[in-house]
Amino acid sequence: MDSAIIQTRRLNMFYGDFHALLDIDIDIEEQKITALIGPSGCGKSTLVRVFNRMNDLIDGTRVTGDVRVHNENIYAPNVDLIALRSRVGMVFQRPNPFPLSVRDNITFGLEIHRRAPRREFAGIVEEALRGVLLWEDLKDRLNASALSVSLEQQQRLCIARVLVMRPEIILMDEPCSALDPIATLRIEELMRELKKQYTIVIVTHNMQQAARVSDYTAFLYLGQLVEFGETKQIFTAPAQQKTEEYITGRFG
Amino acid sequence: MERHFERELDSLKTMLMKMASMAEENFHNAIKALTERNTPLADQVIEADQRVDALELEIDNAVVDILALQKPVASDLRMIIAALKINNDLERISDHAVNIAQSARTLTESSKVNTYLEIPKMTDVARWMLRDALDSFLHLEPEKARAVLTRDDQIDDLNRSNARQVINWIRDKNLPVEEGLDLIRISRNLERVGDLSTNIAEEVVFLTQARVVKHHADEKK
Repeated sequence: MDSAIIQTRRLNMFYGDFHALLDIDIDIEEQKITALIGPSGCGKSTLVRVFNRMNDLIDGTRVTGDVRVHNENIYAPNVDLIALRSRVGMVFQRPNPFPLSVRDNITFGLEIHRRAPRREFAGIVEEALRGVLLWEDLKDRLNASALSVSLEQQQRLCIARVLVMRPEIILMDEPCSALDPIATLRIEELMRELKKQYTIVIVTHNMQQAARVSDYTAFLYLGQLVEFGETKQIFTAPAQQKTEEYITGRFG
Repeated sequence: MERHFERELDSLKTMLMKMASMAEENFHNAIKALTERNTPLADQVIEADQRVDALELEIDNAVVDILALQKPVASDLRMIIAALKINNDLERISDHAVNIAQSARTLTESSKVNTYLEIPKMTDVARWMLRDALDSFLHLEPEKARAVLTRDDQIDDLNRSNARQVINWIRDKNLPVEEGLDLIRISRNLERVGDLSTNIAEEVVFLTQARVVKHHADEKK
C-alpha cells in the first residue's frame, strides 16, 4: 500500500520467553480507521502498543523485525520516544484524565513539551474541546475537576488531550468499553470526524463496533495476523476459516 | 461451541425446505392438471397456494427476527440473505403454478387442444432445474447450482419456439385466439419457473462461495 502510514515487516515481539506476536506484516492506511479484533490474549493490544513503543515500559520485552511510521524505523536506537508518542497518541480503555481541572488536562502536554506560549492556551483549549464536541458542554466548567464530568466526557477529554499534541496517528485501546451504548455510538461518530485528519487504529472486543466504524479490519489469533482486509469483506465473506469462526461466534 | 443461533438457523432451513416442497408440489400438480385435463387438481393448486403465501410470511418474519436479534455476519449473513431471496422465489414459483392451473382449467373446459407444443419438454427442463436448484441448496453444492444456470437458455428457446408455433396455428390451423393465449401463458409461466430456479441456484453460489454470479457480475470483474 502506497498510502501506508504504519508498516510492519516480520515483526516479532516477546514478553520474556512468551512469543506474543509472530511475523506480523501489516500496512495501516493513512486517514482510515483500522480495527484490530481477536479473542483475549491474541496480541491485538500488544500490537497497537508496538506502534508507539508503549510496550517498552514493560520489563523483558523484545521486538524484532521492522516497524515504520512514515517509513522511519521507530525501533532505531536514536528514536526520540517522547516525540514518537506525541506523533502517535494513545487513548485507553478507562478514561484516565489527570486529577486536574478540565483546562489543565489539555494544557499539561503543551507545558511540558513547551509546544505553545501560555497566552495561546485559551485558544488551544477551546479548539481542542470543540474538536471532540465538548466545548458547549464544558466551556463554563473549565476549572472543574476533570474527574467530576461524565465518563463519556472524560473519554472525549482524553482524546482532546491527545489532539493538542498534533498527532498523526491515534491509537485507541478499547476506548468505549467503559461507556454505555449511546455514549459508545457518539464516540464512534467522533472517530469518523477525526479520521478526516488523523489515522486511527482501534482495538476492540466489540465486533459490531469494528464493523460499524472501521475501514479495515485485522483479525489476530495466537499472536498471528490471520486475516487483514476491508471491513466489508471481512464481515461478509472472510477468506480464512478461522476468521469466519471467530466473527460468527463459533469460538473465542 | 453449539450456538443458540445454530438452532434458529436450522429451524429456518426446515421451514424453507417445507416451502420448497410445497412450491414444487404445486408446480407438479399444475402440470399434471394440464396434461391429464384434471380440473379438481387445478383447483387444488389454486387453494394450496394460500398455504404457500402464509408460510412465506412466516419465513420473512423469522428472517427479520434473526437479523434484528442475532446480527449475523459472514456465512451466517449470506445464509439469511439467501433464505430471504429463495423464500420469495419459491412463493413466485407457486404463483406461476397457479397461473398454469388456471389456464389448464380453461383449456380443459373449452378446448379440443390435445397437443401442447414444446410444453412437455419445457416441463421436463423446468422440473429438472427446480429440483437441482433445491438440491444444491439443501446439500450446499455450488457445482450443482452452477449446472442449473447453464440450462436457462434452453428453456428460453423452447418458450420462443412455442410462441412462434401458436401464431402459426392461429393463422393456418384456425386455433382459437383465446386458446392460443392460454398456451402462450403456460409456456411463459414455465419459462419463469426456469428463471426462478436459476435465481435459487445463483443464491446458492453466493451462499457457498461468496460469489455473485447473477447478471454475469462475476465475468464483469
